[in-house]
Amino acid sequence: MIEDDRARIEEVRAALATVTDPELDESVVELGFVTAIAVANAAVDVKFRLPTYWCAANFSYLMASDMRDAVAALPWVETVAVTLDEHMFVEAINNGVAAGQDFTQAFPAEAQANLAGIRLNFGLKSYERRQEALLRHLLGLGHAPDIILGLDIAALERLTLDGEGCALRSRYLERRNLAGDTPTAFVDRAGAPIQAETLTIYLRNIRRVGLNAEFNGALCRGLLAARYGDAPKTLPPEPDLIDFLRIGASAATPAP
Amino acid sequence: MYKTADGEEIFIIDGHVHLWDASPENIRNIHGKQFIDCFYGYHAALSPPEQLWTAEKFAKYGPEQMVKDLFIDGPDDMAIFQPTYLKDFYKTGFNTLEQNAVLKTRYPDRFILNGAFDPRDGEGGLEALEAQAETYKLKGVKLYTAEWNGDSRGYKLSDPAAYKYLEKAEQLGIKNIHVHKGPTILPLDRDAFDVADIDHCATDFPNLNFIVEHCGLPRLDDFCWIATQESNVYGGLAVVLPFIHSRPGYFAKVISELLFWIGEDKILFGSDYGIWTPKWLVEKFMNFELPEEVMKETGKELTLTAKRKILGENAARLYNVDIAAQRAKHSRAEQMVA
Repeated sequence: MIEDDRARIEEVRAALATVTDPELDESVVELGFVTAIAVANAAVDVKFRLPTYWCAANFSYLMASDMRDAVAALPWVETVAVTLDEHMFVEAINNGVAAGQDFTQAFPAEAQANLAGIRLNFGLKSYERRQEALLRHLLGLGHAPDIILGLDIAALERLTLDGEGCALRSRYLERRNLAGDTPTAFVDRAGAPIQAETLTIYLRNIRRVGLNAEFNGALCRGLLAARYGDAPKTLPPEPDLIDFLRIGASAATPAP
Repeated sequence: MYKTADGEEIFIIDGHVHLWDASPENIRNIHGKQFIDCFYGYHAALSPPEQLWTAEKFAKYGPEQMVKDLFIDGPDDMAIFQPTYLKDFYKTGFNTLEQNAVLKTRYPDRFILNGAFDPRDGEGGLEALEAQAETYKLKGVKLYTAEWNGDSRGYKLSDPAAYKYLEKAEQLGIKNIHVHKGPTILPLDRDAFDVADIDHCATDFPNLNFIVEHCGLPRLDDFCWIATQESNVYGGLAVVLPFIHSRPGYFAKVISELLFWIGEDKILFGSDYGIWTPKWLVEKFMNFELPEEVMKETGKELTLTAKRKILGENAARLYNVDIAAQRAKHSRAEQMVA
């Protein structure tokens, strides 16, 4: 029984690792937001925390409900409780998530719409960030721009890559459908093909998206450590491909 | 004043300072406590260890400590007070124009006093702004679009009510509109850090300058885009600059993006005192050099000329400060003290 619980806790952890902070595009487990996982038979109890009391309610709600849904999708799970620690809207968030409500139901007086718009906008930012990382990786390997940009999705999937390249590719393809369902592997956020002649400018433009997310990630880790008194994790002083890989590896952990 | 190794004097205008009272006696509710705790989190997360204050000192450091940290121990020649009222969280307010005016009276050549308005205060607020502008000869205001006011949890600068205030500000000669983005609550279902409202205002009020504090963090990517298209949008470095200590590689990339997108004429230094003190920030910034590969990426350099502009000349231009005249006044004042 105890062995079973331990295995189930690992399954829950793997499910939670697929949930990302939409602004940072990093796993909530990797970020240190998840503080406890308890399993009693088919009931799961997850506790989480955020870097500040003020973290925007909408993003907090997205993460909490995504965590609930990810855990509930495990075949043996019957009930899930996801509880947020100290936050200005802690009651509305915890009660809403517990009752399976959407955002407008949880915040009837304040919210006018659900969170689909935010989810899409930040999904597209994450798409651009992952795309930039993959494109730079492929260019770095010496692939010609017009060849890469001419690939369709199936051909990109067949491309022989090392571990780093595979992780970047799978992270990119997870978001590819947000930019439309054309067969071309590399399109801009509106779904239009990227031209080889203007690739340098295009990469320049989307570069700031990834940099912003990484800057925020560093800030949030610092605030979380300051708030809860943890030693900040050692991070490289510069954003690096390893940032994507580290995340790629944990997010890609298959649920058993 | 900061002196380079070659003896050149750099005139420093600190574009973002506060004198707040978050002592337990002034805290109105849990939000006030959490607000100062969050500020302290920024302080603790990004300061070098030897610069850490205790939470007690941080809550209320007082005017004497401030003058010492900015002008005596620190390199600032002048500093711009940015008020933050937060009267829903603090009994007498967190950091008000009236509180700041005490130091302005004592050191008139050292401080620039900015005011504040809230478009949700209607006609009465417009009259109050007029009175404020006359009493304090305001050239700038600090706006806090996420501030609570009654049932409202924030507004957009592109709201019609805000436009009335911006028109009034222009009439009154208040040219510099500093806008803080975040921490923020409403509108809950949209991205409340969104900087798009600045885009509209900047187009519709070409005679005003919009200084986006913290360069729009956490929406630096969107901010760069807007600032590039609007010639009257500036970026304040408060919160961005302290990364120079803990994450210099990130700072290099971010400052280099800012130089690329908005340019060295539109970036303003601000310590965000008391969250951070200007001494270590300015020293590190003056000694900072962009790594070769970062320069190659954007083709921009962080030259001494750029540093001079960012640390003082840009703010001097916005606030009509005559640097030579101001230097002369300061040295006379120092001689009198001696």
